[in-house]
Amino acid sequence: MDKILSYITGSQIWKSIFRHGYPDTPRNRTLAVLSNVVLHLHPVKVRRSGIRLSYTWCMGGLTFFLFLIETITGLLLMFYYRPTAELALQDIVALREHVPIGVMREVHRWSAHLMVITVWLHMYRVFLTGSYKPPREFNWNVGVILLVITLLLSFTGYLLPWDQLAVWAITVGTNMARATPFIGHEGPGAALVGFGGLQMVHAGDDVRFGLLAGRFVGEGALLRFYVLHCLGFPLVAASLMALHFWRVRKDGGISGPL
Amino acid sequence: MPQFLKDLIDAATAPIPYTVLTTLLLGAVLYFRKILTHPVVFTAVSVLITLFFVLAFKDPNFNKIITKPDNVPILILIATILFFTWLSLRRAVLNDERTKRGEPTLEGELSKKKVFTWPDLVFTEFICMLLFTALLMVWSIEIQAPIEEAASQARTPNPSKAPWYFLGLQEMLVYFDPWIAGVLLPSFIVVGLMAIPYLDVNPKGNGYYTFEERPFAISFFMVGFLLLWVSLVIMGTFLRGPNWSFFGPFEYWDPHKLEPMVSINLSEYFWVKALGKYLPANPIVREIPGLLMLGAYFVVVPVICAKTIFKKMLAEMGMVRFYIFMHLLLWTALVPMKMVLRWTINLKYIVGIPEWFLNV
Ligand code: HEM
Repeated sequence: MDKILSYITGSQIWKSIFRHGYPDTPRNRTLAVLSNVVLHLHPVKVRRSGIRLSYTWCMGGLTFFLFLIETITGLLLMFYYRPTAELALQDIVALREHVPIGVMREVHRWSAHLMVITVWLHMYRVFLTGSYKPPREFNWNVGVILLVITLLLSFTGYLLPWDQLAVWAITVGTNMARATPFIGHEGPGAALVGFGGLQMVHAGDDVRFGLLAGRFVGEGALLRFYVLHCLGFPLVAASLMALHFWRVRKDGGISGPL
Repeated sequence: MPQFLKDLIDAATAPIPYTVLTTLLLGAVLYFRKILTHPVVFTAVSVLITLFFVLAFKDPNFNKIITKPDNVPILILIATILFFTWLSLRRAVLNDERTKRGEPTLEGELSKKKVFTWPDLVFTEFICMLLFTALLMVWSIEIQAPIEEAASQARTPNPSKAPWYFLGLQEMLVYFDPWIAGVLLPSFIVVGLMAIPYLDVNPKGNGYYTFEERPFAISFFMVGFLLLWVSLVIMGTFLRGPNWSFFGPFEYWDPHKLEPMVSINLSEYFWVKALGKYLPANPIVREIPGLLMLGAYFVVVPVICAKTIFKKMLAEMGMVRFYIFMHLLLWTALVPMKMVLRWTINLKYIVGIPEWFLNV
């Protein structure tokens, strides 16, 4: 057994991947973190206080973990789902009935809900430990944008099943855009936008129309939400997360008493 | 569960008692935090809450809202919020006691030592991920994601609700013009959150749990997050039924339940009810009482506060920070005030100038 193991770990293939022995010595533990692309998000050594579950609640980490789950299950869902008014609902139903291990949609939906909760709790924890105070002011702001993006990701995904629940929730949620000052046709100041008695903001060209590609939640909205949900917001979220994690490191790691 | 208890809970979750009780609860928890966060008290309360849910589960009306698949997350939200609020306050109490005795905080003591990421941190993360994966698998196999009939523009479901995390904002639509509820208030929330690190100039309490070193910041954040966001999400999910009427958790969601909705504007209260005159035709004259009140609220109140209760704060923060903060604080306070005015005296708008979309 030992012989086989040492043969494997001594082989050129193994050595080309792992540049250190089992991480049980300080040197190897350092190398384990430094030479692994995922682990090197972490510093080599951390303050004892920062890694206690009762301090961070692991909520930022879990939010990231849920984001990864969403990426994987979302990718699988995209194989089966076509974003058209005719096919969307049908594909969602078929997903449960005809696809083996058809729980991907469940995992995707429940993780999305959980992610909203974990991101709120993460913010709550960061506030309660005063971790937004200098030097972490900027990272708190990156976090606030991430919070908004997380909600938007969830919101755009809510429409995709294209059933009554989805369409009406999005209708309620986007109705307010009609009332945006100046650029919504039922908003204050909209009447002022125009010249010589020629109105410029109508139901057919205001901000809600731009969002939904129509006067109501129809096929245009479905496609727009689909693209934003599967590509637009995930890209923004992933970039901001990279920035967020990098800043956690640059700001001196998880906060602790100065 | 006996009927009188159900009736009592239905009565306690009517809007006014609900607001009063949740506010009192938060106040009590913060004030009596030393006793109330004692593990024994916390365990007892948790057992009681669990018992309540187990007993209430049998009630058909309660069961119907609780077991809606999309409402399961709200139960998780309630449980985690309660737990983590307790945990943070407990840690704060312990740390504050340590500080008083002249000892370093728990975090301070632990942070003297540094440990290797591998294995200490990596394993914690790994176990968290395993637990979450297991939880998600069980949840996903047990509870199917909801799917309803095909979308139709012709049939509006009653009630029509936004996704649960936006229900606090949907609630605002009842009290404010759509552009205020749907555009202005969310913008204030985001801007307000972003402004926090620049407005809070208190250098203490960075990197450890404490209450006594920053009582105002923590109380204010908890009011905003727990009472004005999470609690409104809970209200919107469980207590708002057809036609957006209020229902107790054990009440049948009767679409014909009528609420007296004869809310009237402040201008009518002033000109018609108090002075016995007709409403003036000129909107400015008509809305003078409300305009004066709002003007006083947003201009005079900050100045008075600056001279009295917040004198020290002004000195610490400087003018610019202070007035931005006051503005955000006043908007935060306006929300519950407006809600209570609607519920008690049926006040529709303090200033109602539909001609200019200025309905506050
Ligand atoms: C998609 C959303 C987010 C992800 C994936 C994320 C992830 C993380 C992770 C992994 C950490 C390391 C410490 C920990 O786990 O607590 C962290 C720290 C931090 N996060 Fe986030 N976060 C997100 C959103 C937010 C939000 C909404 C805020 C605040 C409004 C925020 C503010 C911060 C700050 C200030 C730190 C440094 C805390 C410290 O040093 O103790 N983040 N984040």
